[in-house]
Amino acid sequence: MSKEEVIDYKKTKKRLDGRKMDEIRPLSIKVGVIPNADGSAYLEWGQNKVYAAVYGPREALPKHTQNPYKAVIKAVYRMASFSVPDRKRPGPNRRDHEISKVLSEALEKVVFVNQFPNTEIAVMVEVADSNAGSRVACLTAAACALADAGIPMRDLVSAVGVGKAFNEIVLDLNKDEEDAPDAVDVPLAIMPTTGEIVLLQMDGLLTRKEWDAVAALGIKGCQQVYEVQKKALTERFTVEELNKKAVEKAVGVEKNTKKEVVLEKKVDKVDKKEKESKTEKKGKDSKSKKVRK
Amino acid sequence: MRSTVLEYDISKVIELARVGKRVDGRALDEMRDFTITLNKFENAEGSAIVQLGETQVISGIKMLVDKPYPDNPNEGAISVGAELLPLAHGDYEYGPPSMDEIEVARVVDRGLRESKAIDFTKLCIKEGEAAFVAFFDFYAVNSDGNLFDAGSIAGIASFLNAKIPKLDEENRIVKQEYAGKIELKRIPLLTTFVKVGGRILVDPTYIEEKAAEARFSVATTDDGFMSAMQKGVGGSFTLEEVNYMIDTGFKVANETRKKLLKMVGKK
Repeated sequence: MSKEEVIDYKKTKKRLDGRKMDEIRPLSIKVGVIPNADGSAYLEWGQNKVYAAVYGPREALPKHTQNPYKAVIKAVYRMASFSVPDRKRPGPNRRDHEISKVLSEALEKVVFVNQFPNTEIAVMVEVADSNAGSRVACLTAAACALADAGIPMRDLVSAVGVGKAFNEIVLDLNKDEEDAPDAVDVPLAIMPTTGEIVLLQMDGLLTRKEWDAVAALGIKGCQQVYEVQKKALTERFTVEELNKKAVEKAVGVEKNTKKEVVLEKKVDKVDKKEKESKTEKKGKDSKSKKVRK
Repeated sequence: MRSTVLEYDISKVIELARVGKRVDGRALDEMRDFTITLNKFENAEGSAIVQLGETQVISGIKMLVDKPYPDNPNEGAISVGAELLPLAHGDYEYGPPSMDEIEVARVVDRGLRESKAIDFTKLCIKEGEAAFVAFFDFYAVNSDGNLFDAGSIAGIASFLNAKIPKLDEENRIVKQEYAGKIELKRIPLLTTFVKVGGRILVDPTYIEEKAAEARFSVATTDDGFMSAMQKGVGGSFTLEEVNYMIDTGFKVANETRKKLLKMVGKK
């Protein structure tokens, strides 16, 4: 943004990328994208692109991390080196560690952790491309991955970035808005059916009155996100989809068994040949013995 | 529980390999199908998602300006990194780079670098002062074996589409603006084999890698060169086996290359 001209959303009535003040960027979620994982999701939110995978509940190791009363939610947030304008150096930095911690804590509330003592539920999120709001993108994807893994949950977690930019309260800030001189960034996540807040952070300057507007707009945004999550999950678990999966699986098994049958037949043939040759040999032997006699 | 299943699968793989068969019904010298999605990640100078069977890797290139090495003042450089994300398999863990990660990154790196496909002098901006370093990093998102070849395909796909950032007067990168592309003089590709039950299998799956006595990778180019080789895992190969793998490597890589170039729209 050039510093000479002052952008004022109150005057322009439209945002830099043409969105309305209460409009989120295009959001799409696909559930069940990583076959190895117990649950997984791929999410695109504007330019943000993240993968989430869930492994577990599995034995928590090393042993001292185990809790005899509940499962430990171990969320890990990482960014690919090419996911930011400047190359990110491999390995976690302090920001990655902090986000991992707040994500774990946000998810702990919705999972029935008491059902799985001494285990860990590993939730890994990898940011492949980013443009402001990657942590809420990751949390949204992680909740879908948890549901995909069939882990008992009270509710989903729906998250959105909200705040202030260019003199107006806006939903789902992009990078240009996050860099605004008066920018306030509030990552917010709720349990959508109860409205309870499970993640809340803020940096920037906000009046008490502005906060009310931010909170109301954020909760509204989370509900929009929730609808997309529900759609992604129902798409994954429709009867048609499940039947398709079952058929694919059955066909796969059939293929394999067919091949194995072919194989066994060949093996049988080999066996028969061997047997035949053996009987022949035996015959010959007995003949030769007879001849000898 | 998991290890019992694994042991059973491994013995099955070996049993089948002995009679020239594979669990997924492939021929011993048959590569899995692959797909490439290009430039999905907009922050990267070039990027690719490669799906090789069920193995999926994401990769991207970032170019930075740095001082050239004193012994090559008129050359830029490339760097290859690999991460086996714990996302990709229950066996992987976060932490400092593992031996496997370092090996796969270095083998992919050598195949690319030693083929001299990239003219490093063209990455030089000002002799002795500034040059581009192209960081190519790839990440396993789902792991079903042969990250070597998947990484190699991802590398070629990414480099073929990588844009060179625009620079201002002081040789600083102007964000979101580009000037020119990276050129590849030849296309090196890795082909990886494992030895299971005395037979040689190309493009091993995860379970075939677990069953392997030995592993071998060879990077071959479209103009008849070999640019890197690597033998891995405890077992051994005879010279005949190595020669067979090199010859098969040329053949398999040629087909892969044809498919790849078609997918990235270069032919």
